[in-house]
Order: sequence, then C-alpha cells, then structure tokens
Amino acid sequence: MDFEHESDDPFRDDEDDPDAHLSLEKESTKEYVVYLVDASPKMFTSTCPASADDQKEESHFHIALSCISQSLKNQIINRSYDELAICFFNTREKRNIQELSGVFVFNVPERDYLDRPTARLIKEFDRIEESFAKDIGSQHGIVPGTRENSLYNAIWVAQALLRKGSAKTVDKRVLLFTNEDDPFGCIKGAIKSDMKRMTLQRAKDAQDLGISIELLPLSHPSDPFNVSQFYAELIGLEEDELADFMPSSGNKLEDMKDQLRKRMFKKRIVKKLKFIIVDGISIELNSYALIRPTVPGAITWLDSVTNQPLKSERTFICADTGALVEESTKRFHPYKNQNIVFSTKELSEIKRFSTGHLHLLGFKPLSCLRDYYNLKPSTFLYPSDEAMDGSICIFIALHRSMIQLKRFAVAFYGGSSRPQLVALIAQDEIIQSGGQIEPPGMHMISLPYSDDIRLVEERHSEKVGMVTRASNDQIKKAADVIKRIDLKDFSICQFANPGLQRHYAVLQALALEEDEIPEIKDETLPDEEGLARPGVVKALEEFKTSVYGENYDEECEANAKPSEASKKRKAQAEVATKECENYDWGELADTGKLKDLTVVELKYYLTAHNLPVSGKKEALVSRILTHMKK
Amino acid sequence: MARNKEALVLLLDVGPSMHSVIPEIEKVCSMLVEKKLIFTKYDEVGVVLFGTEDTDNELTEEVGGYQHVVVLKNIKVVEGDIVEALQQLPRGATHGDFLDAIIVGMDMLIKKFGETNKGKKRLCLITNAQCPIKEPFEGTKEEQVTTIAKQMTVHGMRMESIILRGKLSQDANKKIMDENDQLLRIFSTETSARSTYVENPVSLLGALRTRNITPSTIFKGDLELSPKLKIKVLVYKKTAEEKFPTLKKFSDKAASTDKFATHEVKVDYEYKSSQEPDKVVPPDQRIKGYRYGPQIVPISQAEWDAVKFKPEKGLKLLGFTDSSNVLRHQYMKDVNVFIAETGNTKATLALSSLARAMKEMNKVAILRCVWRHGQANVVIGVLTPNLSDKENIPDSLYFNALPFAEDVREFQFPSFSNFPAPIQPNEQQLEAAANLVKMLDLAPQGKEEVLLPDFTPNPVLERFYRYLELKSKHADAAVPPLDDTLKKITEPDDELLQQNKSVIENFRRSFELKENPRHKKSRRLLREERYGSGEENSKGEIPALASNLIEDKSNVEVDNIGDLTPVQDFEAMFARRDNPDWVVKAIDAMKNKIHDLIEDSHEGDNNSKALECLAALRKGCINEQEPKQFNSFLRDIWSFCQEKNLHDFCDSLSSKGITLIPKSEAADSEVTEDEARSFLVKSQPKV
Repeated sequence: MDFEHESDDPFRDDEDDPDAHLSLEKESTKEYVVYLVDASPKMFTSTCPASADDQKEESHFHIALSCISQSLKNQIINRSYDELAICFFNTREKRNIQELSGVFVFNVPERDYLDRPTARLIKEFDRIEESFAKDIGSQHGIVPGTRENSLYNAIWVAQALLRKGSAKTVDKRVLLFTNEDDPFGCIKGAIKSDMKRMTLQRAKDAQDLGISIELLPLSHPSDPFNVSQFYAELIGLEEDELADFMPSSGNKLEDMKDQLRKRMFKKRIVKKLKFIIVDGISIELNSYALIRPTVPGAITWLDSVTNQPLKSERTFICADTGALVEESTKRFHPYKNQNIVFSTKELSEIKRFSTGHLHLLGFKPLSCLRDYYNLKPSTFLYPSDEAMDGSICIFIALHRSMIQLKRFAVAFYGGSSRPQLVALIAQDEIIQSGGQIEPPGMHMISLPYSDDIRLVEERHSEKVGMVTRASNDQIKKAADVIKRIDLKDFSICQFANPGLQRHYAVLQALALEEDEIPEIKDETLPDEEGLARPGVVKALEEFKTSVYGENYDEECEANAKPSEASKKRKAQAEVATKECENYDWGELADTGKLKDLTVVELKYYLTAHNLPVSGKKEALVSRILTHMKK
Repeated sequence: MARNKEALVLLLDVGPSMHSVIPEIEKVCSMLVEKKLIFTKYDEVGVVLFGTEDTDNELTEEVGGYQHVVVLKNIKVVEGDIVEALQQLPRGATHGDFLDAIIVGMDMLIKKFGETNKGKKRLCLITNAQCPIKEPFEGTKEEQVTTIAKQMTVHGMRMESIILRGKLSQDANKKIMDENDQLLRIFSTETSARSTYVENPVSLLGALRTRNITPSTIFKGDLELSPKLKIKVLVYKKTAEEKFPTLKKFSDKAASTDKFATHEVKVDYEYKSSQEPDKVVPPDQRIKGYRYGPQIVPISQAEWDAVKFKPEKGLKLLGFTDSSNVLRHQYMKDVNVFIAETGNTKATLALSSLARAMKEMNKVAILRCVWRHGQANVVIGVLTPNLSDKENIPDSLYFNALPFAEDVREFQFPSFSNFPAPIQPNEQQLEAAANLVKMLDLAPQGKEEVLLPDFTPNPVLERFYRYLELKSKHADAAVPPLDDTLKKITEPDDELLQQNKSVIENFRRSFELKENPRHKKSRRLLREERYGSGEENSKGEIPALASNLIEDKSNVEVDNIGDLTPVQDFEAMFARRDNPDWVVKAIDAMKNKIHDLIEDSHEGDNNSKALECLAALRKGCINEQEPKQFNSFLRDIWSFCQEKNLHDFCDSLSSKGITLIPKSEAADSEVTEDEARSFLVKSQPKV
C-alpha cells in the first residue's frame, strides 16, 4: 500500500487488477442522503453517559452532529460524487424551498442544498454548534393549539430535496436522528390521530418514490427509545423485528456512536455469485468487500498556470513506421526468437473457466490453512434467497457444520481476471456490547499457487550443523516478555492510517486556504511509556541476557565485521571525494557548464557530499545546484 | 542477467513403472524450459534419462558401468529443441538406478563448469524410487551416498528430488522404497537438497518450481522489541503473485519483408488544456491535483514533500496479543517472512525463542513497519510463528499486513438465528451438511493433502505457456482445452465424488431449491430497496418470505391484483404515488378480477368476494374522481349477469346498495341521483 507508487502511475494497466472492475461496478450507483436532525430542546437536554473514565456527558444533539461530521469527512474522501443535504427540524428559523416552518436546511455558499460535500461545508458544520442558538434556534414544532407539524414538514422538505435523479440509478436515503419516540405526545384526540396519519402518509409517499427513511434513535438508559410508539410504522418495521431494532439500552456513549456510525453505511453488493456445491445444487451468494485498502484518490493533472484540469490524450504510434495506429487488438510476446501474436479474444479464452462461478472442491481442517496462504484482502459472502429459495437454508447448514467440524471449504472461483483457488472460512457472528462486531457468513480468501510461494526459508539453510533452536530457558524468557507486553484488547480497527490522515489534513487545509496544517497524531507508534515500565524493562533485559549473553553490545558486533558491500561503498566514497577535488564546481555552476559534464563526473560531487545519486542528468545537476545554494 | 544464470540437469526416470506419469513429466519439464526461454534465456539445461534400454553417457565410456543412463541433451543454453525433446520422452524398458543418474549428472556439471558457478548448479531428479540401487564395490550404500552428497557440497550443487508415491506408484516393494527414502534423506541432511513427495499428477505439476526467482530482501535491519533490544532480521516476500505475462501491443504496419521490425506500438500521452484543446501542455507546466469533494487541490511535488507524512524507517514491536484477536480474513496482502540475519547465531536464537514462546502461548505479535526510507505510510501487521521441523532450517516468523480503521467497512448483516423457522435447516439437513463437510475431504488422514497450494500449479499460466509453445509452431492454433490434470484444480475430483456418492445424494435430497417465482426484474429492484433499508435499520431484520403470501403482499410493493387479497392489493396499488398510472392500472385490474370472479362463480360462492371488490372499486373511483369508469363497468356487469342468468348476483348488488355513482358523490359523473337509484330498481322486476 505505497501511496507514492500507486498515485505516480495513473495509467497503470488495470487488466490484471481484479478489484479494478469490481470497484467500478460498485461506484456506478450514486447515493443521495438527507441528514434529518431533530433540533428540539429535548435533543439538547438529554445526554448520554460518557465512558467510565471520562465523566463528561454529551448531548444527543452533539452526538448526532459528530456522527454526521465524521461521515462527511469520510465521504469527501471516499465517495465525493455522492450528494447530501443537512436539514434540521424543530427549529425556530426556517429555510427551505417550500418555506415550511420549523425546518432549516443548513448550507454554505457555492453549494446547492443537495450537493457534493465541500471542504467549507465540513468546516462550517464542525462549528455549527457555536452559532446554532443564534442562527437557527431550537423550538419544539408540534404544540397543541396549532396544526403545525414539523416532522411532516421535515419529511416533505427531505423528499423535495431528493427530487432530482432517478431512483433506479441513485440510492436515496433519509437518515433521521431523533430522541423523541412519541412526537405527537402532547397532542390529544382526533387532531393527534389526524396528524399522525398525515405524517405516515407523507413518509409512505416518500418511500413510494424510492426514498428509504432510516431511523437513528438516540436514547438514555433511564429513558429508552420506544420504536413501537410511532416510528415502527413510519419506517415500516414488522412486529417481530421490533425486538431486534433497538440496541440494548444502557449502552455507553462510545457504543452508541459506533452503532450509529455503522447504520449510516449503505451496504453495497460487489457481485452476485453462484456457488455450485454439488451437481444440481447451486445456491446464490452476494459478495461484499468488507476490507479493502483505502488509498488517497487518484491524482488529476492540472495546468500549473490556470489550475484547470488537463485532458489526457492517448495516441498509439507504430514503432517501426512512426504512423499513428488504432488501438490494436493484437498482443505479442517474444519467444524463441520470434514474436508470438495473440488476439485479445484468444487471451481471454485462456483465462476463461467457469466464469464467475464458485465451484466447491472439498473441505480441509482449518489447520491446513497456513498463515502464508494469502495474496489480497478477503471477500465476504452472505446468502440470498432472492433468486433461489433455499439458498439461505443450505448456507446456514454448511456454515454451522464447518464451524463445528473446524473445517474450511476449498473452491475454485472462475473470476474473469484471475481464476483461482479460494478458501471459504465460516465466520460465526460476534456480538459485543450490543453491536455486531463480526457478521455471520463466509470469508473468501484467495489461495496462492505453487508459483506464488517462494521457498525463502530453505535458501537460508546453508550452514550445516549450526544451532538454530532456542533452549527451554530462552523460550521461557521470551514468554515472560510476551506476557509483559500484552495488548489485551487489540482490535484491527484501533489504528487510523497516519499517512492517510495526514494526506487529508493537508488537502483540507489547502482547500480552505489555511496556513496551518493540523498535526496528526500517529497512533501506530509503540507505547514508549509502557515499554519503559520496570517490569517490562526487566523481562526484556533477562531475555536479552539469555540469548545474547552478558555485556553484549550490538555496535561492537556491527563494527567488527563490516560487510563486503559497505567496504566497497566506503572505497567508492573515497575515490569520489578525491576525484571531486579535481573540479571547480563553483565556477562550473556559475558558467552553466555543469550540464557538459558526464553523469559519472556529476556523481563524484554527489557521492562526496553524501547526496542521492539517482535520477536523470537534469535531476543531478539541479541537485548539485540546490546543494551549492545556487 | 548472466550473473544469475543457472545450470540445471534434469534426471528423469523413464523406467516401466514410470510410464503412466511420463505425460505429466513431459508437461512439467517442458514448461520449465519454456519459462526459461522467456525469463532466463541464458540459463543452461541438460537432460539425463535413466531406466532406458540404451546406454549413452561419457562415464560409461571412460570408466564403464552406468548402464541404462542416456544423456538426452548435453548441458547447453536453453533452446527450442530441448522443449521438443522433453515433450516426447522415450519410454524406457529397464529399471533405472537413480544414483547412477545423479553421478552422471554431477559429472556433466563438473566437466562443464568445474569449480565455477557455485550455487548456480542444480540437479533435479524425478523418480518413483522403486528400484533398488546397485550395491557399491566397497562400503555400504549409505557410505556411498554420503560421499556423493559431500562432493555436491564441495562443488556447490543443489539437488531437488521429486519422488512419486501413493497413487502414482502402485504395487511397489515397500522395503526397497523405504531403503531409497532413507538414502535420499541423506542428501537432505548432508547437502542442500530438497525432497518432495507427491501422490497425484496435479502436485507433480506443481512440485517442480518452473521459474527460479532469486529472492531479494525488502528490509534488512533491526526488529525493535524495545529501544534497547533489537534483533537483526532479513525480510523477504513469502508469497507474491506470479502475474500473467504482460504482452506488448502488436502493430502490423511494418512491411512483412522487414526482418528487423519490432512490431511494437508506442503509447504517447499528451496533456491538453480543456479551454484550448489544441494546445499541448509540457510536463513542467503540469501540476498534480488531488480531488477533495468537488474541488481539485493543486499541489506541487516539492510542497507535498515538505508537508507529507514521513515516518522513520524501521520495524517496531507494538506488543503481543492473543491469536484470537486477529482473524484470518483480516490479512490484507501477500505475505512476508522474517528470517534472522544470515550467520547471526544470536539473532537466530532470539527469533527462535520468540517464535516458540508465541506458539506455546498462542500469541501473535503486532508490528509497525516502515520498510524503506522515504516510504509515505506505515504498515501495521501481525507476526505469526513458523516453526521449522528440519534441523538445518531455522525458525522464522510470517508477517501479514492488517487493515487500518479506514479500510474496514462495518456492514451489518442479519443473524442467522433470526431467520424464521421454515428457513432454518432442520436436524436431518444439518446432518446431511455435516456429512458432506466431513466426507468431501481433501486432507484425508495418512494421505497427501489434495490441492496443497504449495504444489498446485496455476492453470491459467500452464495453459498460456503451453499455448505459447504451440503457437510458436502453428501460428493459428486454437486455444487448447484444459487438460484433464488441470481440470482437477478447477472442478471437483470425480473419484472423490464417486466415493461419496451416497453422501452427496443424501445432501441433494435433503434440501429443496426453488427458482424464486418473484424473481422478476422490476420486483427485484423494489425488494432490494426494501431489504437494503431494512437491514440498515435493524441488524436482525427478517427478509419477507414466500411462506406467508398475505403478509408478503402487504410488505412488498403491489403491482397486480392477486387472488387472495384482491381488495388489499387494489388499495395498495391505489396508494402508490410513484406513478399516476397506478390508478388506471388498478382499476383495470380490478375490473378483470371482478369479471373473473363472477364468471368462475359456482353457485354463487364467489359472489361475496366479487361484491367486496366491487364496493372497493366504487369507493376508489369516487376518491380518484373516476366515476365514469365505474358506471360503465357496472352497466357491463349488469348486462353480463342478465345474459348469463346470474340473477342472484344482481340481487346481492341491490341488497348491498351498490349503485351507479351519482353526480352528488363525484362531480364528474353524468349520472343523476335518480338515475342511480333507478338502476337498482330496474333490476327488481326482472327477478
């Protein structure tokens, strides 16, 4: 995952990249989201108990905003073509196209209400709480005596915002954040049922237009959110789903944030697969990419004068005649002094097996799945009864048996880019503090072929008769170290990628024309304090002594026998220093004659001054000039 | 190139017991040479056969003996004729002596290279080692083998033996095989030799590394447990995908007579400004920009270098953790291996003790890695122990990269336990599945693991190189079908299926798969939307199922009127607002339904239902201001009933008070109230 490398080469041949077309498929559907946030006074007064060690409580309103803010930052990076609007209801001020009261659409200049996220939107949204009371104001919109219905208005505004785009190509969603489970609680009698009915019809109308309304309820342990009061009907929950809908109440702030965050994701199917188990029994699976490296977006070349994007044009030139040619459908490979020509059709024929299908070959015990059988991120499989009734049932039966018998399945996946053997590991559902940590299903892991595995260890078996096994005492000392430096609750999600964080911090600062680039905390550094604890230091010291002996000094060993290569390097540096003295660099530079020297000569200077010697001649010259401060 | 050139002598057993596998040997050996022709075309190869009728080697001429060993090809730089020779190996008639062949091979290498080319001389023996080797003139066989092995070390030769066993060596004498195994093991301990035992043709194809890649370190330096304790390690790639070769674009513009034509196509990229499409912007006037939302942020390389994240090169331990905290599917990339610095005993011991302690305690280590200076990011990964079972191979650690928080998408999926009972597998089904999982066994006890990745060749590459060779002779040859051996990789093994016929049959009978009738394009889209949103809302949402059609209808968007709940369907269609056509559609559908109901009615058993529908239609038409539709329909029905003598239906119409829709109920109606009333009255006398 080397950023520079990948971004430097925007025209990388994607032919061999199996995920290239997958991601394309994935991005083809856009998403329009309206964040509908309840801004009634209750959202400000209700709080959530913070984690045990931090007694600060946070209001529901704040939690909702921080979730949205996080999601925006994520979106501008990953899915910047998706559009969104942020809309508050139960507000004092109003701002919306329909001029409905109690609804306020938050926005920044140079942006439509429903539009792509901009750096400015993110920045101002982060500060909205400071000015909220002044500019927007909180005011409960549904009060007896008036026929005002702020929730109705809010859904209507959201629906109007989502008017553009066809429901076929765009996912339209409304994410509703509220902590009021009974919005018409203060109204009585016929008016209440009337308002309720109207609101439900409004929601239904929106849903009929292909807009999905999703509820993100906020609750307090002492006052759980009761979905069945009103919202179950609004979002269309069934009786038996109610129990599952609400996360266990009494959860901590962090858990609530976590769950809200997960619900804000839209699941995207990468591919639908047919899994052939035995002849005549094939079930349907959906595949999902749960783990994929996030990389900074591709670069766009700009004109450095106007900062306008450039169009790249590709031309094909025949190397023999210099003539412009059409993109050729023929490829060739030199072999035995001749060029063997293939048509692209023949090439895809070579790669074609049972296209797109997963074919079960058998099962093996989990212990057969060695740690080095890995090439790329896994893909998650979950069954679907959509086209084949009974798929889920068969999948569950196999899943359960595989977990019980501690076995994984070996299958052949005839994907178009790289047909390969895969391991299917059944993963049981893991639930922690009310949230799903690992979903139930199977993970598909690509297995290497023999040509992909290198026999490195055996190449290091040269020395015959050398002691290579640690003694029991040494193992015991190592065990002490392991016990001391134990990461108890390690989880893969705990580290943010510092390179990526930095990348976006820089972009955000530049986009907003800020001078300061915020410092990013690198969470991946070792815990130095922890390592300096006496117990740890002692265990390490003892381990070191048992392996390396007393008074061991690494420097000593390193200096004692400089390698062949380093000797050579040293000798070269000496030669270079000597040669370097033969030139009057200052004068050569002043008269612009550096470029007349050979690369070898230029390198004398660079080597003598300990500078990198890589790059083209111009690079070398400019490096020398920079070094001489000219 | 020449620095790494390798000299390889293939020692192939072609004796009678080998005949059945010779086709596979031909394939794997010719593939090896084909790849050499492409990737390492300065490598040299010689071929020695043993078990042949004839004898043809220099040693037999010089010192006698060495019967039934034929030098098929002397050591020479790889050429096409070696491939051809290997594709049609002769079938031998006698039992071969593999030790004789080894000595002949060594002799060839020594004569050709002498002391030079150390470490680049390789012998590759393929045999089933079923025939006893000859008794030496003096000493024991063991002593003789030991001497030869020592000679190999002296001359810097490596040996690789592929020994065919199991299915590939039927009715063999076990005593002889054991003796030979014992002798071959001497090579492994005395010199750098590797023996691989294979039991099926697939693994024979995979067992011989057809491409020799010299590993290079990706990191060399300290593994820092703490600032005070550092272990010197080398990091290599353990797995790296061997890619499909990159082919060049072909241009046929050059004259066919031009012998020096490259036929290459150069690809030129030009950057043009969007305002002036004719203007080409030179490279130094270009600047990189990154997208940030709709904005593109320009940033020059120098600026970027100044502000970018610059981690320091090094490998730092973050800590150890239970192996259960890292799941297998979280591995991100190809795998690296950590080996102690060569010749550094202390480092070897340190790694060994860590690996062994980790294994014992079921722990893994979490590491932060910056492999190179100037790398723009860090890698977090997990080290797992790899204990060696061979005395002369030190213990090592495997490294797998792990995802960062940004790389994980935490989608929620319904729990399996939340699916309703009809979807859950029952006892019998679970048993059938368990049997299948148990019996379709690819790693049976006491036998070779089938499709072991280490011995499984890549069928695509096999196919490509074979096709390449084929095309070099017949330019317009078609892509050959996958051969039977390779099919064992892409399809289940027939033999395994045959053995477990009853288990599979039982599995097939236990489950019922039905093409989902609701799987229509339009419906699917709608359902998907519903599911999508539903699953977001609740982790345990239960998808609607066919088990209860009535309930289902109320959930799923209704686009037609069914038999069970026509009134509800009709209302549902009316309530849909996504398209105004639904109202017209619903009315038409309802009319048809009512008509059908009346027509199919047997002694009036459908009448009440038809009336309900009619009442619903009437109400709907009033609400939607479509009175004409209803009125004309009612008249039609009326005359229809009169025709068919369905008088009881007409009776019930009046008793339910279903009349034409008068103006008073819907403004668009042309029917007066009197008319409406008289419509019913009109019927009365006719009873």
